[in-house]
Amino acid sequence: MTTWLDHLIIAPIIIPLFAALIMMLIGEQRRPLKAALGLFSALSLVAISVALLVVASIEAEGPGTARVYRLGDWPAIFAIVLVLDRLAALMVFLSSLLGFAALLFSLARWHRAGTHFHPLLQLQLMGLNGAFLTGDIFNLFVFFEVMLAASYGLALHGSGIARVKAGLHYIAINLVTSFLILIGASVIYGIAGTLNMADLAIHMGSVSPGQRSLLEVGLAVLGIAFLVKAAIWPLGFWLPYTYAAASAPCAAVISLLSKVGIYAILRLWLLVFGADAMESSGFGSIWLLFGGLATVLFGSIAIMATQSLSRLAGASIFISSGTLLAAISTGEVGVTGGALYYLCTSVLAIAALYLLIELIERGRVLGADVLAVTREAYGEGEPDEYLDEEEEVGIAIPATMAILGLSFAGCALLLAGLPPLSGFLGKFAILSPLLSGENSLSPASWGLLGALTVSGIATVIATSRAGVEAFWASPPETVPQVNLVEIAPIFLLLGLCIAITVMAGPTMQYMEATAQYLHSPMEYARGVFPTPAKAAGGG
Amino acid sequence: MEAIVSLAIGVLTGAGVWLLLRPRTFQVIIGLSLLSYAVNLFIFSTGGLRTGAAPVLLSGRFGDLAQHSDPLPQALVLTAIVIGFATTALFLVVLLAARGFSGSDHVNGREPKR
Repeated sequence: MTTWLDHLIIAPIIIPLFAALIMMLIGEQRRPLKAALGLFSALSLVAISVALLVVASIEAEGPGTARVYRLGDWPAIFAIVLVLDRLAALMVFLSSLLGFAALLFSLARWHRAGTHFHPLLQLQLMGLNGAFLTGDIFNLFVFFEVMLAASYGLALHGSGIARVKAGLHYIAINLVTSFLILIGASVIYGIAGTLNMADLAIHMGSVSPGQRSLLEVGLAVLGIAFLVKAAIWPLGFWLPYTYAAASAPCAAVISLLSKVGIYAILRLWLLVFGADAMESSGFGSIWLLFGGLATVLFGSIAIMATQSLSRLAGASIFISSGTLLAAISTGEVGVTGGALYYLCTSVLAIAALYLLIELIERGRVLGADVLAVTREAYGEGEPDEYLDEEEEVGIAIPATMAILGLSFAGCALLLAGLPPLSGFLGKFAILSPLLSGENSLSPASWGLLGALTVSGIATVIATSRAGVEAFWASPPETVPQVNLVEIAPIFLLLGLCIAITVMAGPTMQYMEATAQYLHSPMEYARGVFPTPAKAAGGG
Repeated sequence: MEAIVSLAIGVLTGAGVWLLLRPRTFQVIIGLSLLSYAVNLFIFSTGGLRTGAAPVLLSGRFGDLAQHSDPLPQALVLTAIVIGFATTALFLVVLLAARGFSGSDHVNGREPKR
């Protein structure tokens, strides 16, 4: 608890918190100073998250497995713990990277579109990192709230009636979801007497039969709240229009919020309903499977039906969420490993797509890709009056349309899961262990195979139609002016996808080790409580 | 006492859900407030209901959950109240902004056609 390496675990929460505090004190006038501070914070977050990735993968080979940071150095049974394992390190890395990309993108113009963009972005990163690192259910709720409060601000950034209207629904739904988390957490505390995830996993096997069903109800209520965030069908209708209304850099960051729901399910479901949970093990897997498959199918229909690019991105979030939930529900180590690889790809590709859409649509007549008949129904076409075109800063890049077209093709390949990029490898990594295992002929495997194929075809059709429309059929009247700082984050995100394609071997090894670890909840518990016998007695 | 508390939670939740499904934004925010009261009471009651128990410790005796009330749900409910209050206040601001932008207090931002 004394080396600097241990304190590194809390740095992804502390750094953005203090950056946001300082920014609030600086005030609204000195925007370059705040931008510099934000860049410093985002860059150090990326550096720290890379260090945490390395630390987590080294630790996992030793006996200790998870690294635990006990706040105030209380014994783990009393302390609020932060737990760093491979999954947490991976998610912190993704959120830091997305935060950096969005911040860089916003520097060209979007950070001037309203007040308090920089502190909100920092608090958003703090909430995300906290939710990934915490080992306590109530703390998870608190970090969810930090994350959501910041996302309300970001979703409304730039103002305008479309954003406020979408934001109203978004906030109302998330407030109700927060109540569900509270109800679930308090039922769990009432029965199990603990909110520590590791302690809960230890207690799962020894709950009396009469109380077991009540505990399962509590966990199910908690799970529904996470599924609303993950936008499972039919709880995710709020997602496409909220994200479509948000400004590009904000939508890129907020798109990670749906994966926080997936993360929470992945973490808690595998931890609590593993093999050690006796008769509770595998609880609700059928719901996850059918919910996931329904979400994939709904997303496939939505992506075919959509007429605007930003809703296309929203529909592809449905598809990736549904795929992940269905893959997690199989409860097989190999499939979980593939799902984690797929998660990385889809997070990066969707964020890149949200940033790209704004650049593509910049040169076009507003709503050009929406049929004239339905334009009214979409309620779009609200110009962003806060942005002045003259205020562009930075270097404009040459061959704009070619670069934008190539980037769009890259996003489409990644989302549709076509070779040669990592989207294909992700889907292959999910399906391969599913179809080669001993229960390869189960209906669930074939259902997932069918859903992945259908969603892939739908994505190909929808993205190629949108691409043809955007770049060939009705090219923009004026070539959009794109700055280097705007295209660089897109290259960064897509470049990382290419990197994990080229380095597929080591990346998959990391993912498989993560999955192996996630499927052995007692390893996690042993990491949090070095002496399990004492911990079980103290609960 | 259990019956009274559970009735209170049930009535608050029912009224909250009903108001939440109403078309006016003011009704929605009142519904959210009622729901948050219900949830707060619910969290509070998970510590076990008891009258006349010592809040933390009795003098001269070791602490035991049989003698004093469980302090953790009280800590949780404090956090929940603060967070719920803050987010409801934030929702109120957005509600006013929506009213200002659209000139209507309907949740969809426009009056339904009759």
